[in-house]
Amino acid sequence: MEDEVKLMKGNEAIAHAAIRYGADGYFGYPITPQSEIMETLMDEKPWETTGMVVLQAESEVSAINMVYGGAACGKRVMTSSSSPGISLKQEGISYMAGAELPALIVNVMRGGPGLGTIQPSQADYFQTVKGGGHGDYRLITLAPASVQEMADHVALGFDLAFKYNNPAMILADGVIGQMMEKVILPEQKPRKTEEEIRKEQPWATLGKTHGRKPNIITSLELDPAVMEQNNIRFQQKYNQIEENEVIYEELLCDDAEYLIVAFGSTARISQTTVELARKEGIKVGLFRPITLWPFPKKKLKAYSEKVKGILTVELNAGQMVEDVKLAVECKIPVNFYGRLGGIVPTPDEVLDELKKLL
Amino acid sequence: MKHEIIIAGFGGQGVLSMGKILAYSGLMEDKEVAWFPSYGPEQRGGTANVTVILSDDKISSPVLHRFDIAIILNQPSLEKFESRVKSGGILIYDGNGITAPPTRKDIRIFHIDAMNTAVNEGNAKAFNMIVLGGMLKIEPMVTMESVMKGLKKSLPERHHKLLPMNEKAILRGMEIIEEI
Repeated sequence: MEDEVKLMKGNEAIAHAAIRYGADGYFGYPITPQSEIMETLMDEKPWETTGMVVLQAESEVSAINMVYGGAACGKRVMTSSSSPGISLKQEGISYMAGAELPALIVNVMRGGPGLGTIQPSQADYFQTVKGGGHGDYRLITLAPASVQEMADHVALGFDLAFKYNNPAMILADGVIGQMMEKVILPEQKPRKTEEEIRKEQPWATLGKTHGRKPNIITSLELDPAVMEQNNIRFQQKYNQIEENEVIYEELLCDDAEYLIVAFGSTARISQTTVELARKEGIKVGLFRPITLWPFPKKKLKAYSEKVKGILTVELNAGQMVEDVKLAVECKIPVNFYGRLGGIVPTPDEVLDELKKLL
Repeated sequence: MKHEIIIAGFGGQGVLSMGKILAYSGLMEDKEVAWFPSYGPEQRGGTANVTVILSDDKISSPVLHRFDIAIILNQPSLEKFESRVKSGGILIYDGNGITAPPTRKDIRIFHIDAMNTAVNEGNAKAFNMIVLGGMLKIEPMVTMESVMKGLKKSLPERHHKLLPMNEKAILRGMEIIEEI
């Protein structure tokens, strides 16, 4: 039964995958288009089975700080929200990066700025990969493009967060959150025992054992000389992540003369565009960054020697396109096509834009 | 084989659940399926629509501009989607609430008197299953057996006693659909 194919929404897949990962806690506050994450968790009542805590906090700020607290104890904890709610969580995310705490944050993006709209958007790319909160930190960012990846990225996000003691984010959008597709859920894993956490996360504040120094979790360091060293250590860690953890997908890129670069839902849309274009004899491939940070810049740079031009497609006014341009060092034309405020383009629309590049 | 379908009507007509049952039926036949709803305020009284794709191959975009089949259950949806049926495609509509019927000549147009039938037969809730039956008569993309299995999967167990009523409605829809 474990690998039974199920049909569910991306949001529901995240909830099921979190329980099956053996997550210790979820803290959230409802907001469209991701409310099914907490709804599903509440339906599943994992506190009766795995012992996972599911709690609706009084606000997003409260939820992210509960995550901070859980993470400080070495627990596998997560939160989720959509764009306006994620803005509220930024202080907590920066604090976790500063305190080197692992956690999983899910953003099912909707159109902004402000309260904006509830329809799909990818306009939080900058916020996610360029900072969001204050200080020189980086957020490991995964961009699922299917319901299956929504499920798979829960484990991937937690694993990376714990490998590097750094928060990780699943950056999805309303399309991926709301659509139903087939999914095979991962097998149920047991939650970590306290003994395992003490061993694997020796920094966790689980209560001092005899003979060891107290563990202190904080992002505060008033001595700038020490704080600089902390920052240098963070940067070394980020470099390591950039070196080791880049993930991307290539579709029909081998003989491609042109590339579409897109992530998440726009990658799915562009996939159909590639199929349509190929039928017309246009040699185009799709390059899909799966980690948005670390960004697959080396691979894109290599493509700049092979292809004649790139079209970047996003549900925003042009955000990832800046990283694409940096990666190819402006050696080839990089065009951009985006729809704003919750409007989603169709494959035909993207095809028309692609033809402007030829 | 691939079917790209839009189902559009008012919120509350069972548009999303009809799509869900169709998607589950596809799942029962091991097809690739995608179900993408319009979500949000339009569900509360305004127009609601859902894209359903059933395919033998992996599905790329869940967002489509043109459809093989449009199931239209109100006038605003007809205005929005009539032009987006592929040439040679199928448009099915319930005349209830339609003031200006479809006019295209390059597609096959079917009428189904589902709302009146459902009300007259004291089964208003099964309206959407009558419509689904009509579509399956014209385009039997999934077997009746799979539909019943899909229904069972998509309905919570406390509603399984309603399965025979739904089956009856699907069969009724197959009887009353007519080509214009």
